[in-house]
Amino acid sequence: MPRLSIWFVRTALVNLTIGFSFGALMLSNKGTPFDARLWRLRPAHMELLLVGWLIQLAMGVAFWIAPRWWEPPRRGNVTGAYAAFGLLNVGLWIIVLSTLFGLSDSWRFAGRMIEAAAAAAFLLHLWPRIVGREG
Amino acid sequence: MPNLTRWYIRTSFLYLGAALLVGIALAWRTVQPLPGFFSGLQPVYVHLFLVGWVTQLIFGTVYWLFPSPDEEQFHRRVGWATYALINIGLLLRAVSEPLSAPRPGGFWGWLLVLSAVLQWLGGIGFVVTTWPRARLHKKRGR
Repeated sequence: MPRLSIWFVRTALVNLTIGFSFGALMLSNKGTPFDARLWRLRPAHMELLLVGWLIQLAMGVAFWIAPRWWEPPRRGNVTGAYAAFGLLNVGLWIIVLSTLFGLSDSWRFAGRMIEAAAAAAFLLHLWPRIVGREG
Repeated sequence: MPNLTRWYIRTSFLYLGAALLVGIALAWRTVQPLPGFFSGLQPVYVHLFLVGWVTQLIFGTVYWLFPSPDEEQFHRRVGWATYALINIGLLLRAVSEPLSAPRPGGFWGWLLVLSAVLQWLGGIGFVVTTWPRARLHKKRGR
């Protein structure tokens, strides 16, 4: 597994842990209510698990497993993939923190734009690798 | 494909079927009034899809695809425990969430707490077994 995939996968696992913890707290609070403020975790729970875990894991595995070239650099130009890793996590945490601390919607908008930029950067990297054996 | 992966993937498709059936029941509610139990099924529907199907499909595939662990016996045991925890937790949730909705804090409410704890432990089990497997491949011949 290449180093960037390790970063993607391990960061996804951290987000899975936090997202599952938020979910467990909210579900317990639903069964036996102890603090209504826990419902504020819901948007962060969804963001961490959908973007921080699922999308991040998918990117990490795709970078690892998509077809490689016969000659070095075997994964082509990897700048887009590295940029995607940074942008995705910056965007993710802007959204998570803005929902946890009730910041203005413009923070959430900025986070979404950065996440979209991450997707575009990753697409730029991966697109040429989506080929069959015949090229 | 390891045995555990087959269990994860086959179970995930059972949850996909169950989620679709719950989705039909939720849609039917808009046409025909159904007992109050069904109104508590909306979050169950979402989690049958996302935990029961998507997450388990991923867990099973990761268990199969990632570089093999150093301590196979430990990983196999934790892998099966994770499978059991996630599934018992999710099934408990599917039953107790709609039943606890009218009266939180009762028997069904505490069962929902238990389901949360079991699923959380399952998630932690997956992280513990997957973390060391996300690594550079060992060079052959060493």
